[in-house]
Amino acid sequence: MSMRNALLLVCLGAIGTGAALADDSPGLGQELTATELAAVDFTIMPDGDGLPAGAGNAVTGRDIYNQNCLACHGENGTGGVNDVLSGGHGSLAGPKPLKTVGSYWPYATTIFDYLRRAMPFQMPGSLSNDDIYAVTAYLLFVNDIIAEDAEIDAESLPQVKMPNRDNFVWGYTPE
Amino acid sequence: MAELDQTPVAGNGLLDRRIFLKAGVAGGAALLTAQAGGVEREAWMKMPGAPMSDNGVPSAHESHVKRLAVSSQPGTTGTGVSRTPLEFLDGLITPSRLHFERHHSGIPDINPDDHRLVIHGMVERPLSFSLEALARYPIKSRIQFLECSGNSGGLIAPEPLQQSCGVLHGLVAASEWGGVPLSVLLDEAGVKPGAKWIIADGADAAMMSRSVPLAKVMDDAIVALYQNGERLRPGNGYPMRLFLPGWEGNACVKWLRTIKVMDQPAMTKDETSKYSDLNEEGIARLFTFPMGVKSIITNPSHGFTMGPAGPYQVSGIAWSGSGKIRRVEVSADGGSSWADAALDEHVLSRCLTRFRSAWRWDGGPAVIMSRATDDAGNVQPTRSAVLEGRANGAFYHYNGIQAWAVSAVGEVTNVYA
Repeated sequence: MSMRNALLLVCLGAIGTGAALADDSPGLGQELTATELAAVDFTIMPDGDGLPAGAGNAVTGRDIYNQNCLACHGENGTGGVNDVLSGGHGSLAGPKPLKTVGSYWPYATTIFDYLRRAMPFQMPGSLSNDDIYAVTAYLLFVNDIIAEDAEIDAESLPQVKMPNRDNFVWGYTPE
Repeated sequence: MAELDQTPVAGNGLLDRRIFLKAGVAGGAALLTAQAGGVEREAWMKMPGAPMSDNGVPSAHESHVKRLAVSSQPGTTGTGVSRTPLEFLDGLITPSRLHFERHHSGIPDINPDDHRLVIHGMVERPLSFSLEALARYPIKSRIQFLECSGNSGGLIAPEPLQQSCGVLHGLVAASEWGGVPLSVLLDEAGVKPGAKWIIADGADAAMMSRSVPLAKVMDDAIVALYQNGERLRPGNGYPMRLFLPGWEGNACVKWLRTIKVMDQPAMTKDETSKYSDLNEEGIARLFTFPMGVKSIITNPSHGFTMGPAGPYQVSGIAWSGSGKIRRVEVSADGGSSWADAALDEHVLSRCLTRFRSAWRWDGGPAVIMSRATDDAGNVQPTRSAVLEGRANGAFYHYNGIQAWAVSAVGEVTNVYA
């Protein structure tokens, strides 16, 4: 065993936080500070865990949407060259199901999560959290789920029940 | 060859698969022209050939063999798919350059020195791993298929699309994936009681995110660093990706950046609005991860033109997300009768398996198809059985039997049978 590896094992032993390392694991993971961790944690859960501070409503959301989203998704979330975001309510059991944010998505938190990760397509990461809450509110408004002046934030967003929430079943259930 | 029994064992000229075990199907067609000894040299034999090279490329004569139907969503470059050209390939391993791709916001140009895999959430110790660190762990090899859940989705079209085998079914490939078992890294971080899922994020511009059951992860997931012996290609996740044997490709998150251990799924966009299966009653299933048992005849297939009537090899691939392929049957009469195909030597769990049948084509119209059975007893369903009860437009997880029609002039087309 090299000096370096010997040193490494001593260090790991000194940490001694409980989990036994498998014999074939070199144990090279580096511990992170809370700040380092927060920087890479984008996960938002359906109960709102992970939602940041900030707020917005559909009135401001419309302007932000029209500047950043309309070119691909059309006016009011309909008729663009890419995914249709509004309408389709009640169509899922019919001959031509139209899956939109309003007609299909089960959780409102997913809207914020996806916008923050991936949108606007050409410049993801360019919108502030307030902007993202506002666009989220706008998409909920154009789908007749919330009022135009309703404030959407970390408290209110997880409480929005999407119209199609109860029409999902799980194909996999953990033991 | 004369002693081999060429009596058909199923309708319309299918021959006994043991022909392959003995001498190959060519039979009487193995006509080697006799040459006078030692006088002829082709042009390329009259001078030294090309020098050494530091990077291999296919023969210039094979330059037509490329990924197929490369397309991107409107307004984007890099949100789309490219498909494996199945009809040009044989064997079970897909060359890395031809492995299909599916990206949600292009291919990130990742500097591995600046990339980390972070494991956090319900763990005793959040940990960060560099590529250099991960490469020092014991590497596990998995020779297995990867299939996009949307593969073969064109087969739901009311009329058969007249497209090639690779265009229709080329969102599947098989590789040797080499990587670190995720269970080793999670053990090092110390998973807390009550944890049931991980949420995996990619480092692409869309930050692709999927929730995966912890039980699967602890069973056989790897953080793949190698594909067919070399480091991952950028389009397949360089420098590291999640690989979940037998499960839909979308969950095998590329450019893997974070893994958050949780007690529930995150309900991300891709696992709710996209990779979920809607039925005709308006009910959708989430988390339908395993890919079903499936097979396709790749040769001959749409776009081929048969030669003269006589003996042919019918070859294809079969796979199952549940285990090994146990049996592939081939029909040459539209499913009225079937004969067992021969399986190539390497029958691996959750991998493409190559099958071959001998067929004496009589020069008349025929419909050829294949049907796979895996070692869990799952049998590949018919197209109509797959579509039964589905919503209009529900195209994920299509594994129906594929039929190709051979016309009286030998043209091969896509048909529903």
